[in-house]
Amino acid sequence: MTVTSQIVNLQEEYLALYNQNEAHLLNGAPDRMNELRQEAIGHFERLGIPSNKVEEYRYTNLQPFFKGTLSIGFSNEQLGVKLGDIFQCDVPELESYPVFLVNGWYSFQNVKDFGLPEGVIMGSIAEIGKKHPELLEKYYGTAANMDRDGLIAMNTAFAQDGLFLYVPKGVVVDKAIQIVNIMTGDVDRLAFQRNLVIMEENSQARIMVCEHTLSPNKYVINSVTEVIACENAVCDIYNVQNQHNLTTQVASTFIRQKAYSNVVTNNLTLHAGVARNNVVVTMEEEHCESHIYGLYLTDKNQHVDNFSFVDHAKPDCLSTELFKGVLDDRATGAFAGRVLVRKDAQRTNAYQTNKNLLLTEDAKINSKPQLEIYADDVKCSHGATVGQLDDAAMFYLRSRGVSEAEARILLMYAFAYEVIEKIRVEPLREQIRGLVEKRFRGELDKCDSCVVCGQLGNSLTCL
Amino acid sequence: MLVIKDLHAKIEDKEILRGINLTVKPGEIHAIMGPNGSGKSTLSAVLAGNDKFEVTEGEVSFNGKKLLELPPEDRSREGLFLSFQYPVEIPGVSMVNFMRTAVNEHRKYKGEEALSASDFLKKMRDKKKLVEIDSKLTNRSVNEGFSGGEKKKNEIFQMAMLEPTLSILDETDSGLDIDALRIVANGVNKLKTENNATILITHYQRLLDYIVPDYVHVLYKGRIVKSAGKELALELEEKGYDWIKKEFED
Ligand SMILES: Nc1ncnc2c1ncn2[C@@H]1O[C@H](COP(=O)(O)OP(=O)(O)O)[C@@H](O)[C@H]1O
Ligand SMILES: [Mg+2]
Repeated sequence: MTVTSQIVNLQEEYLALYNQNEAHLLNGAPDRMNELRQEAIGHFERLGIPSNKVEEYRYTNLQPFFKGTLSIGFSNEQLGVKLGDIFQCDVPELESYPVFLVNGWYSFQNVKDFGLPEGVIMGSIAEIGKKHPELLEKYYGTAANMDRDGLIAMNTAFAQDGLFLYVPKGVVVDKAIQIVNIMTGDVDRLAFQRNLVIMEENSQARIMVCEHTLSPNKYVINSVTEVIACENAVCDIYNVQNQHNLTTQVASTFIRQKAYSNVVTNNLTLHAGVARNNVVVTMEEEHCESHIYGLYLTDKNQHVDNFSFVDHAKPDCLSTELFKGVLDDRATGAFAGRVLVRKDAQRTNAYQTNKNLLLTEDAKINSKPQLEIYADDVKCSHGATVGQLDDAAMFYLRSRGVSEAEARILLMYAFAYEVIEKIRVEPLREQIRGLVEKRFRGELDKCDSCVVCGQLGNSLTCL
Repeated sequence: MLVIKDLHAKIEDKEILRGINLTVKPGEIHAIMGPNGSGKSTLSAVLAGNDKFEVTEGEVSFNGKKLLELPPEDRSREGLFLSFQYPVEIPGVSMVNFMRTAVNEHRKYKGEEALSASDFLKKMRDKKKLVEIDSKLTNRSVNEGFSGGEKKKNEIFQMAMLEPTLSILDETDSGLDIDALRIVANGVNKLKTENNATILITHYQRLLDYIVPDYVHVLYKGRIVKSAGKELALELEEKGYDWIKKEFED
C-alpha cells in the first residue's frame, strides 16, 4: 500500500501520516519494531526534521528536502521491478552474496540458496524478526539512539523492513555480502530502511552496500543501520553511493563494539544530490579498534555532510578516522568529527584527519573536529586541511608531456587514493579505483552499468 | 637547436634573468656554472615553462618553434627535458602510470599509436638497466620517500624514457655520492648522440670529469658573464667565483 502526501509543515503532517497509518505500520512488522514506535514518534514530535539550527546539522538544513509531494510504501509491494533485467550480479571477480532492497523493502525475487555458512541468517528484518524474536528483542534499537536526532526517531517510527544479518559465534563469512539498494518507480518517494547486523563472538563478515537510483524521480531516503560487534568480531562495511542529483540520502550507522572487536566503515560518496552520513561508534569494552573512513567526490550543486561520533567509553581502544573530499564547481561539503574520551578510558588512541581539495573558488567545505577528553593518559590528534591542487606537482607532471587535464586527473586520483587503499576487500578496491578514475574523467554516469554490482546500464536521461 | 636571445624574467617584481643569450647546436654539451642564486634554476624553469616566472623580454627558439609560446607539456613533447634540481614527490601517482601517460602523450603528439602494455614494460626494463635504477623505485609513487640520489637517478630514468633532443640537467650531480655520480654520468653519456644536446647546470668541476663539455658558461646575477671551453671549469675550480664577482660587480 502506497500513500502519497503533500508535506508543507513537516512535523504536523508527518505526525498525521503516522497516526493515519499506524495500523499498516504495525501490521506485519515484528513485535520489537512495533514496541518502539510510540516512543519514537514522541521523540520525533519533539525533535522534528533537523534544520541548520540543530548544532549537529549546522551545515545541512534537511527540512526543505523532506517537503513536497512524497509517496511512502507501507507494505512490501515489490513494484514489479524485474531485477534480473536490471542487475547482473555475477561480476566474476567479485564473488559475493547479493541481496536486493527496492525502495527500502527486501526483495524476495532474486533470493536463491546462497550457500551461506552454517548458522548465518540473512534476509528481511520484517520476516526474520518474526521467526527469531529473541534476536530483535536483544539487539534492535540498542545502538541507534532515538532521543537525540529527529531522523533516527522518524526512522524508528516508520521503518518496516531492511536487511537482517546474523553471524554466529566463530563463523567467518568467506565471500563479501553485497547489499544493493535501489530506488525506483515513477513517483517521488520517501523511504525508510532499517538494517540490523549482529556479529557474534569471533565472527567475521564484510558487507558492501551499493546505493542506486533507477528512475529520474526525487528520492528521499532515511536509513538506519545498527551493528553489534561482539567480542573479537571483525566487520567491514563499505557503502558506495552512486545516486542522481535529485536524491537526498541520510544514512546513519550505529556501531556497538565489544572487547577486541575490529570494525571498518567506509562511506564512498561518488555521486549524490544531498548526502548526510552519520557514523556513531560506541566502544563499550576494552581493546576495540574502529576505523572510520570516508571519501566524497562532488561537483555541480551537490552537498555531502559527514558526521562521526566516537565514544571511547572504555580504556585501551583505538579509533582512526580519515575523511577526504574533492569538491568541484559550486559543491559544498561538511565534516564534523566528535571524539569523546571518557574519564576511565585511559590509554585511548584516537586519530582524526579530514583533508579537502577545492577545485574552484566557489566550492566550500566546513570542517569541524570536536575532541572532548576526560582521561589523562591518551594519544589523540586531529587535523583538517583545505587545499588546491599542488602547483609544483602539476608543473612536474606537465614538464614530462602530460597534459594539464590528465595531470589534474592523476593528482585528484592521488588525493583520493589514501582512502581507497583502506578497503580491505581486494576486488572491491580494484573496482573502486576504476570508478573513482572514471568519476574524475567525467565518465561516471549513474546511469552506466555499475562495475561494483553489475547493474546494467539503462537509457535514462541523467540529471 | 636552441637559440636564446636577450631573455629577461622576473618573479614578484624581482628581475632574476637580465638578458641571457645562448645558442646550443645538436651534438653539443654546454655547462652552465655560477654561484648560488645567480639564476641557473630560474633559467631552466623558464625554459621548461614554469609560469611562476614571468618573461618580460626576449625570445627563445627551439627547433624553429617559438618555445615561450608553448605550454610546458608541448615543450616536453617537442623534445625538451628538464632534470629538476629538486624533483617533486607525488604520493599516490605511481611511477608506472605516470611514465605510461607521459610516453603515450608524446607518441600521440607525434601521431603514433599508444604502446602496448608489453612494449611499454619492455621499454621500462631497458631504460631501468641503463640508469641502474632499482625496480622497487619504479613500482612506487613518484619520488615518494626516495633518497636524494634516488631522485636524481629517477630524473635520468625519465629522460631515458622520453628520449629528448635537449636535456637540461639542473644540479643533477649535487648530493650524489661517487658511485651514484658515476651511474648518472654514464647514463647521460650513453643517451648522448650527435643529434641531441645537453645543458649541464652545476657548480662543481667533479661532474665535468665524467661528462666533458664543449662549452662552459658562467652565469652571474642573471647574465652570462663568461663563456669559454672546458678549461674554464678547471680555472673556476681552482680560483672560485670571487674573481668573477669582482670583475662584474654592479
Ligand atoms: N619562487 C621564488 N620566489 C622568490 N624568489 C625566488 C624564487 N625562486 C628563486 N628566487 C630567487 O631568484 C634568484 C635566483 O635563484 P635560482 O635561479 O634558484 O639560482 P641558482 O639556481 O643559480 O642557485 C635567487 O635570488 C632566489 O632567491
Ligand atoms: Mg639552482
